[in-house]
Amino acid sequence: MTHPVTTQVGAPSPKMLEVKNLKTHAFTKRGIVKAVDGVDLQISSGEVLGLVGESGCGKTMTGFSIIGLVDPPGRIVAGAVRFKGEDLGSAGAERMRSLRGDRIAMIFQDPMMALNPVLRVDTQMVEAVQAHRAVDRATALALAHEALVQVGMPAPERRLRAYPHELSGGMRQRIVIAIAFLNKPDLIIADEPTTSLDVTIQAQILHEVQGLCRKTGTAMIWITHDLAVVAALADRIAVMYAGRIVETGRAEDVVERPLHPYTRGLIGSVPSHNRRGASLTQIPGLPPSLIELPAGCAFHPRCGRATALCREEPEERAVGAGRHLRCFHPLVEALS
Amino acid sequence: MTALVEVRGLTKRFVKRPDLAGRIAGRLGADIRAETVHAVDGVDLAIAKGEVVGLVGESGCGKSTLGRMIAGLLEPTEGEVFFKGRSRVRLSGAEAREARLAVQMLFQDPYASLNPRARVETIVGEAPRVHGLVPRAKLAAYIDDLLARVGLSPDEVKRRYPHQFSGGQRSRIGIARALAVRPEVLVCDEAIAALDVSIQAQILNLFMDLRASLNLTYLFISHDLGVVEHICDRVVIMYLGRVVEMVPTSELFAGPNHPYAQALLAEVPRLDARKRVFEPIKGEIPSPLDPPHGCHFHPRCPHAMPRCRTEAPRLKAIAPGRLSACHLNDA
Amino acid sequence: MTDVSAPNGVGPLAHKGVRPPATDAGFPHEPSREGADPVLADNRFRVFLAEFLESRVAAAALAMLILLVAVALVAPWVTPQNPYDLGSLDILDSRQPPGAKASTGFTMILGSDGVGRDLYSAIVYGLRISLFVGVMSGVLAMLIGMCAGLLAAYTGGRTGALILRGVDLQLSFPAILVALMLVALLGKGVEKIVLALVAVQWAYYARTVRASALIEKGKDYVEAARGLALSPARIMLRHILPNCLPPLIVVGTVEIAHAIALEATLSFLGVGMPPTEPSLGVLIANGFEYMLSGRYWISFFPGIALLVTIVCINLVGDQLREVLNPRLRR
Ligand SMILES: Nc1ncnc2c1ncn2[C@@H]1O[C@H](COP(=O)(O)OP(=O)(O)OP(=O)(O)O)[C@@H](O)[C@H]1O
Ligand SMILES: Nc1ncnc2c1ncn2[C@@H]1O[C@H](COP(=O)(O)OP(=O)(O)OP(=O)(O)O)[C@@H](O)[C@H]1O
Ligand code: SF4
Ligand code: SF4
Ligand SMILES: [Mg+2]
Ligand SMILES: [Mg+2]
Repeated sequence: MTHPVTTQVGAPSPKMLEVKNLKTHAFTKRGIVKAVDGVDLQISSGEVLGLVGESGCGKTMTGFSIIGLVDPPGRIVAGAVRFKGEDLGSAGAERMRSLRGDRIAMIFQDPMMALNPVLRVDTQMVEAVQAHRAVDRATALALAHEALVQVGMPAPERRLRAYPHELSGGMRQRIVIAIAFLNKPDLIIADEPTTSLDVTIQAQILHEVQGLCRKTGTAMIWITHDLAVVAALADRIAVMYAGRIVETGRAEDVVERPLHPYTRGLIGSVPSHNRRGASLTQIPGLPPSLIELPAGCAFHPRCGRATALCREEPEERAVGAGRHLRCFHPLVEALS
Repeated sequence: MTALVEVRGLTKRFVKRPDLAGRIAGRLGADIRAETVHAVDGVDLAIAKGEVVGLVGESGCGKSTLGRMIAGLLEPTEGEVFFKGRSRVRLSGAEAREARLAVQMLFQDPYASLNPRARVETIVGEAPRVHGLVPRAKLAAYIDDLLARVGLSPDEVKRRYPHQFSGGQRSRIGIARALAVRPEVLVCDEAIAALDVSIQAQILNLFMDLRASLNLTYLFISHDLGVVEHICDRVVIMYLGRVVEMVPTSELFAGPNHPYAQALLAEVPRLDARKRVFEPIKGEIPSPLDPPHGCHFHPRCPHAMPRCRTEAPRLKAIAPGRLSACHLNDA
Repeated sequence: MTDVSAPNGVGPLAHKGVRPPATDAGFPHEPSREGADPVLADNRFRVFLAEFLESRVAAAALAMLILLVAVALVAPWVTPQNPYDLGSLDILDSRQPPGAKASTGFTMILGSDGVGRDLYSAIVYGLRISLFVGVMSGVLAMLIGMCAGLLAAYTGGRTGALILRGVDLQLSFPAILVALMLVALLGKGVEKIVLALVAVQWAYYARTVRASALIEKGKDYVEAARGLALSPARIMLRHILPNCLPPLIVVGTVEIAHAIALEATLSFLGVGMPPTEPSLGVLIANGFEYMLSGRYWISFFPGIALLVTIVCINLVGDQLREVLNPRLRR
């Protein structure tokens, strides 16, 4: 197996990002939506962390909380976010603004959310450079051009002069990615950037992102619901369920030897080569409402291994190198 | 054996006429023409009873359009659809209705495909009642039976409205509605794409159970090759409105023939192929408004030859039960 | 789960003699996500009402409107005088200021008009006519416009184009002008005014219905209904129409207010209701000549009544739009 050229998990490398017990709740009329409910994450430089979970489990909210873009009725109610040792929770709005787009970039699921439809691509890219660096327009334009070449955009000069609506979805998404890499950030949070694209374009973008992270040592959080994508791309995987990280570990460990029953269920529900035509393992029931979470382990109403103990709250504990788990009855046969 | 459903030379062109301003500009000499999209371009396909055929291809290549023509929801521009050996346009009255009911479509968006103002029992029971498929007295039992069959508990769900269900449950209601008219063929247009991962498996299993129990035939449109591989017997690969390869599933995944099929397969991220380096297809995706001459794939094809630019390759048998449209096979 | 197909072979697929697939464990017995949610719980109407009443202004307007309608409905029992009964009017009572005693002994709290009608009674009866004309023409215009709009949307083609041209033509003339001409042609009377108002208003409904029907028509559930070989009439009336109702209701409220105002205008101009059966517009017109002589109340109070009615209906309509339009929802 080829190992990534990135920092090994567990090695004493500087942590690019440390998230501790992050809680972000949305206070709505229907009740308190516990979208993020005690999330711990760690990312080293050059590492790609895949954040996987089903729709509505709080992935986007986690990303927004890290870069400080939580809108009302959402509010961060507890926890700490440390970026290169700096506590972002106590950083002011001014400091966050200067970090965003410079040291930390976010790629949104919908590229039109990040692009201004009435401005040409070059204008937007030059602005993105000049917002954080005192360079003249020519230099900024050169940087923009270089970034487009990096993401494999054909005929970059022409694309620079185009308006966003003149480009296909795949090209727009690549421009957004180019903008994210423009200032060589230390951390990129990518929120399902390829979900709306077809496989051929998705592959192209994964290819570019993979290469860029390797080259620049940028750390990345790749948010998705597609396990196959993170399995191919990420160094580590964090599996999220109902606002919590239930399992983290090296990508190959998590995919090949899942310890948490939910992770196992997710992997079992992905059709794969060797089980053609066989019935898929399915997770019974539905994801819970984040307003009325089941007491204790939120997965217990759907879990085949649940016991009376699971009505208590399982603490996160370390199992093996760089592996964390929130479950009373992990699939131990996978450990050996 | 005659195929259950067969299409011959099926073509659909959408003509987008210029709007008034465009027409005036056209009169004044601007270069504005009616734009024609060749959504589906001369497709031949036969589906046998009990078969599960997968239809894959890039976004916009005409999969949905083909599916809708097969389901009788869209009139073809050219070509014919045969049901049990008889051309559908030549059927009329009760026969036409029967042929239409026999092919049901399941849609991608479980939210949009249910009438928001009808109760579940109406949604499922309307068609059999209107068409007199079951005696009135037995309709309630019939609906209950259908709901139970798709894994919903009838007493709990039948008085509720669609907005009170989750995505997976809505899919099930849609399936029950289709089954209510005793179809023989289900055209599933990305029918599970909008669902949560854990729910997708539930619905896929339901499809397979129904296939076994009702001897249903499926045309399964999907962009998820993993799913296609899992449940399909045969795969049809489309590129810009044309079929480029038609192949039994196991043979496809053992070795695709057409260069586009090869590229497509190579790009699918899969759980058992980790840490691979992605090698994308080069070149931009051409527009269906203005497809390249000759082989549609030639601008992106690594094996393109001069001949590919001028002459469109025909779909030819390259092995028993296997067709491919590429000039490389002539060599 | 055991075999659930009906015993006597009515099961949909019983003719194929098959077993039903296993129901996944626990699945159907779980309450749905939304089902567990208090806001989306079964009673749609309660939710709707709660959201409607969120705006204090709209709630007050609705209460006022209900009061006005109620008073109009029970007019004979809440008024001291029947203003249509010319025999009961006394010319000596004419033009009395608010609070004056009538010759028959009751207090005319809002005064009286030029022919000795108790203004309060006249307003209540006038309100009754105005509301009746507004609602009646609204309902009729809505029915006609709905059919035309549905037909235009569903058939497309030549019929659709023809209807659309009709709508465009109708909408390109000022409503008041068309109504004036029609009433001048038809003559006075409630039914003639209603007819004229229907003729000028159906097009608004037709346009609204057509627009939303076109949107609904493109949705998958309509496609599915076509796949089930349901008849076009059935698809239009049972599937598309119910989903076009929310915008129609909004337009309906606004147009009823509009109709009331139109009727008042026509009556004010002297071509609407006859002076013997005064609507609010007639009352205002009657009092107009006394305006400068200081007897403001004869026009003023009917005017206030008209204004309050129309504003309340519009406020209710605005809030309906707010609540019924999912795009404005959070
Ligand atoms: N502004 C808001 N107000 C109320 N609830 C919200 C708000 N934003 C998000 N939520 C809720 O928070 C939960 C988490 O949302 P989030 O967008 O993080 O999910 P996600 O994991 O990104 O899902 P997806 O895969 O669908 O994007 C959801 O249940 C959502 O309904
Ligand atoms: N009603 C229509 N009018 C005009 N063009 C249409 C219409 N329906 C489809 N098209 C065009 O026909 C082509 C094929 O569309 P189709 O929906 O069949 O693609 P598809 O393969 O299903 O794509 P996707 O995977 O995105 O669903 C597209 O270019 C589309 O823009
Ligand atoms: S803690 Fe219990 S209920 Fe939760 S995942 Fe583990 S075994 Fe299942
Ligand atoms: S015909 Fe030519 S261009 Fe087309 S796929 Fe074959 S080799 Fe490539
Ligand atoms: Mg999200
Ligand atoms: Mg489609």
